[in-house]
Amino acid sequence: MSKKNKPRDNKNINPEESKYPQIPSQPTDDTTASLLRELVAHLRQKRSELREEWALRIQEAELLTAMNKEEILAEATSVYDNYVEALETGTYAALQAYSRNLSERIIPRGVETHEVVGIVLLLRDVLARSLFSKYRDDFSKLNRILDAYEPAANRIANTVAVGFVQERERVIREQQEAIRELSTPVLQVRERLLILPIIGIIDPKRAQQVTEQLLQAIRRNRAKVVVIDITGVPSMDEKVANNLVQTVDAARLLGASVIVTGLSSEIAQTLVVIGVELSKIVTVGDLQGGIEEAERELGYRVEYVDPSKS
Amino acid sequence: MRVPILKQGSYLIASVQSSLSDEELIQLSDDLIDKVSDVRSKGVIIDVTVLDVMDSFATRVLRDIAQMIKLKGAPTVVVGIQPEVALAMVSLGLTLGSLKTALDLEEGLSLLKNPLSEDND
Repeated sequence: MSKKNKPRDNKNINPEESKYPQIPSQPTDDTTASLLRELVAHLRQKRSELREEWALRIQEAELLTAMNKEEILAEATSVYDNYVEALETGTYAALQAYSRNLSERIIPRGVETHEVVGIVLLLRDVLARSLFSKYRDDFSKLNRILDAYEPAANRIANTVAVGFVQERERVIREQQEAIRELSTPVLQVRERLLILPIIGIIDPKRAQQVTEQLLQAIRRNRAKVVVIDITGVPSMDEKVANNLVQTVDAARLLGASVIVTGLSSEIAQTLVVIGVELSKIVTVGDLQGGIEEAERELGYRVEYVDPSKS
Repeated sequence: MRVPILKQGSYLIASVQSSLSDEELIQLSDDLIDKVSDVRSKGVIIDVTVLDVMDSFATRVLRDIAQMIKLKGAPTVVVGIQPEVALAMVSLGLTLGSLKTALDLEEGLSLLKNPLSEDND
């Protein structure tokens, strides 16, 4: 208490009073630092009490519903300690690393961005409340403590939220990459016959990738005929159509002929309207027809044998 | 370096050994046409497996060779175009026109021996 009252006492007693009014308007780093030290000491002292209150408030607000009570308390403890440490040291690297690590653990469990931001703001409020009650008798001290606390607390909230969002974006990017890898399988259905089902929207990057994979597969499997099935392609513009023509040309350079199947009536109409030159490409109505055509080309004959007679 | 032209039965095989300058390409064209008449060849294969670049001039010369040899009554097959080369060619808009292509020498020979599958292509 004596420490707390000191500045005001000085102000009252000190003969060089005229100097002091300047101090609150231009607080030096030293005062902010000492205030933060005092704050940290307070938060350390009340650690378990405040932490439990925070965990309670989280549950009341129905945040982190994907986690049970013990998990919330455990997580709250480490967030609390990291929080106080960031306040104490003024560095955010450790907190950043922790929030990334936390995000890695909780994102797969379906924790939403608003929940993470919500709990950090709740912690900020809980701590601010405890400061209010501690310094309620000394308004100017409270003000200065809050001056020191608020920017640091906001910065912490910011750091955690940004860490969470960055982690989430990283996960999304990885998944996009994985989808892109998986989305273009080249399958061999007969000796020298490949099928390439394309599903989803084709953008230039994907078209390039599809072509590369197809060419590699043609060489690897020594394919002579490729059936490209575009039943799963929702729409096609001029660019995509030209990409398709390029894919077909490239396959032909490797000595494989291409049959395109599954053009929807919408795509057929669009292609005719925009006038893409598709006459060089062999097209067949559906995948079955395409495979039958390819088998004919390769010299296969599929014969029906009645299973009951064999 | 001149491109060696090998005779295999009634077929001629021009096996490109290194990247070709424009002059060497013209030389290849002359050599092939002479040789086709000499040996009464029934088909010509040009193996470009080692080429990692195919520019517009090379594409045109290959197309011209095929047409000239066709006038002499023999089909031409270009074999061994690398996937990367094929990709680069189509993105540059280079095509071999009606020129036949095959994956490798073996495929090329079977294409020449099997005019049926040739019609299908």
